[in-house]
Amino acid sequence: MATVFIPAQLRELSGGIQSVELEAKNIRGVVQQLDAMFPGFKDRICTDGNISPSLQVSIDSVITSRGMIAKIQPHSEVHFIPAIGGG
Amino acid sequence: MTKTQYRVIGSRPVRHDGADKVTGKAIYTADTKLPGMLAGFVLRSPHAHAKVVSIDTSQAEATPGVHAVITGADFPDVEDKVADLGEGSVNLSYLSSNCMAQQKVLYRGHAVAAVAATDVHIAEEAAKKIQVEYEVLDSVTWVLDAMKEDAPLLHDDLVTDSMGAKAEQPSNVPVHLHFEKGDAAAAFEQADVIVEREFKTATVHQGYIEPHAVVADYNEDGRLRIWTATQGSFTCRQQTAEVLQIPLGNVLVTPCEIGGGFGGKITVYLEPAAALLSKKSGRPVRIAMTRADVFEASGPTPGSFMRVKLGAKNDGTIIAGEAWLAYDAGAYPGGMIGPGCMCVFSCYDIEHAVVDGYDVCLNKPKTSAYRAPGATQVAFATEQLVDELAQKLGMCELEIREQNAVKEGSRRVDGPVYPPIGLLECLDALKQSDHWNTPLEGPNRGRGIAAGFWFGCGLKSSAACTVNSDGTINLLEGSTDIGGSRTSIAMQLAEVLGLEADDINPQVGDTDTAGYTDVTGGSRVTFATGMAAYEAGRDLQQQMKTLAADLWDCAADDISVGDDGSFSANGKTVGFKELAVELFAAGEHLVGRATVSPECPTNGFGAQVADVEVDPETGKVTVLRYTTIQDAGKAIHPSYVEGQLQGGTVQGIGWALNEEYFYEDDDTMANASFLDYRMPTMLDVPMIDTIIVETGNPDHPYGVRGVGETPIVPPPAALANAIFNATDTRMTELPMSPPKLWKAIQSNQTSE
Repeated sequence: MATVFIPAQLRELSGGIQSVELEAKNIRGVVQQLDAMFPGFKDRICTDGNISPSLQVSIDSVITSRGMIAKIQPHSEVHFIPAIGGG
Repeated sequence: MTKTQYRVIGSRPVRHDGADKVTGKAIYTADTKLPGMLAGFVLRSPHAHAKVVSIDTSQAEATPGVHAVITGADFPDVEDKVADLGEGSVNLSYLSSNCMAQQKVLYRGHAVAAVAATDVHIAEEAAKKIQVEYEVLDSVTWVLDAMKEDAPLLHDDLVTDSMGAKAEQPSNVPVHLHFEKGDAAAAFEQADVIVEREFKTATVHQGYIEPHAVVADYNEDGRLRIWTATQGSFTCRQQTAEVLQIPLGNVLVTPCEIGGGFGGKITVYLEPAAALLSKKSGRPVRIAMTRADVFEASGPTPGSFMRVKLGAKNDGTIIAGEAWLAYDAGAYPGGMIGPGCMCVFSCYDIEHAVVDGYDVCLNKPKTSAYRAPGATQVAFATEQLVDELAQKLGMCELEIREQNAVKEGSRRVDGPVYPPIGLLECLDALKQSDHWNTPLEGPNRGRGIAAGFWFGCGLKSSAACTVNSDGTINLLEGSTDIGGSRTSIAMQLAEVLGLEADDINPQVGDTDTAGYTDVTGGSRVTFATGMAAYEAGRDLQQQMKTLAADLWDCAADDISVGDDGSFSANGKTVGFKELAVELFAAGEHLVGRATVSPECPTNGFGAQVADVEVDPETGKVTVLRYTTIQDAGKAIHPSYVEGQLQGGTVQGIGWALNEEYFYEDDDTMANASFLDYRMPTMLDVPMIDTIIVETGNPDHPYGVRGVGETPIVPPPAALANAIFNATDTRMTELPMSPPKLWKAIQSNQTSE
């Protein structure tokens, strides 16, 4: 089971739950399941069906550029964090 | 990492572009001259905030020598969409409005019109004839004032986004971020010692020596050629195409040599205007900013207000952290608050923490990245509080950092867990350094230390290498070379092939010739484009094995490639050059290629120690000695790593002690020149000693980590801690310039 951390700003949707364990092949599956568990989740992190440009997804501490199709391993740890730029 | 002993990596060859640079032959954008080229001049707003009621360009257009005049009306309507720029993203509507104002000007220096003429003096005189009627509005330049409910609104339709939840009322706060780890409130209840302070930092500029410049040539067939000073030719192409609403493939961007960027040359400013002037006039157009333009109309890095709190147990364990951060975004949303929030506690393994961050629009130029954007501000706060905790606990400031330093497995406040990292190794190098172990003596002198962090990223890079008939190689890559990256990339190719650095001729290609490559930023080029060069070399070796099998009458799998790049089979061993010459003579020619998209952060940590002497009569700080330590993973070319460490440190010293945007009462910048914006010169700083730590990055074939940004993070904090130890005065505002420090010392003495 992958562990998905609920961003602090979305815990109002999860009733305060900080993380959930679920099975998913990719981020799209993660988002679909989270939206089913916590209605409104997808609308908060997605724009036009993709992860919002202001966010990035960390899978096992690696920032993926593959958005919804990024693959999840059985014991992956997933975070939704702000996008950053460097100098 | 397959080996640790290298022939080329770790050596210090002369850079490939060195002769051109020191003899003045390198071609910068302002050197570019095309037949029939016109000079452009941009008319800019004298007001910090105003409605543009009307613009009359008729007199300018009638001026002899003028070929074209444009205003915001010449820019196409751009939909309100966010474009991915490789590293970061941008709202195209805001980007277009920043390039040329539409209904409002939002800061002094905001472009309102542009003129192309036979020379720049005619263009400037004609621009002065453009009649712009403004309705001046109230303005705001202090971040906390801009957050007030009654603050003048920059954007009537802007509402706060709290991770997808939109506020109902418009404000100047486009983004609120919130992070929680554990239960900070409960942890503070358990803390034996708590320290809390408020901090302010001023707006500062990257201060690159080369002002922004562009040459644009719009062909009648719709092709647009651009020569420009950019940190990313591909992102420049995308931004320009999007703003002008023309096909991406119609735009060719040639990155010229660049005189510094530090994050400030990623966003486009002049390119769309130059392109429209060229289209309108039918001639190539060159526009170059003045230094005042650069200060007033390009992207400085955010000023900030921060309130930070730490709690620790008596044994020195920091158990709780809390931060409330408000950063300037400038005139348009999209500042550096995200990384600010993510870096405020990034050096310490704090079990319970909460962070709130606010991106705030105000009447300053739109902020841009500047080396580790957002991290220097928060380090100024956190690293001082760590010192204060140590003092209250009777601990050594180095000891408390070692005790609480993040290491492999530590979880950041934003969630992810660190892979193998090198902060403890940097702190140990500091502890072992001659600087730390040499007593500092004398009155009004103090020593301070601080740690720093920047993520470093991978993104996309490409490389292609063509083998010449003599076995040398032409390497084509797409990373603008700001700090010697041509050579550090070429060295990685040379290492894998068993060649010398001089055997590689590296070239930075344009967007039609180089494979897609993201920006030179995020401390990524030596890491990622170097990885692409390495993989291109491996591609070559694979091809050569296949071809050599025919020559040697064996199977390709029978041929092995040694660590020295030699090929061996059936007792025969030849070097790369020898085989390449043999293959060429046999009618074969070789091109190796690779594209890479490493997604792992490279996690650059550093630590610094500073000695200062403070003149109590004037408040002037003299930096006596400075040592910068950083984990480079593996230093490909140690001189360039040392240069990055020294350059970043000196920029941080300037940020700490002198640099700031001064604003007049009407919120216009008062010091838009290098005479009045005080950057450090070689007379202001001592030799910056460097210590390179090499912990090895497991995600790179040679262990490289990014090094370009972290060195700017610790200096303000290290110097503030040194100043405290010299004067017993805690400075919470940047810059710690003589007037401010003198007043603080006086106030401190009075209160005692």
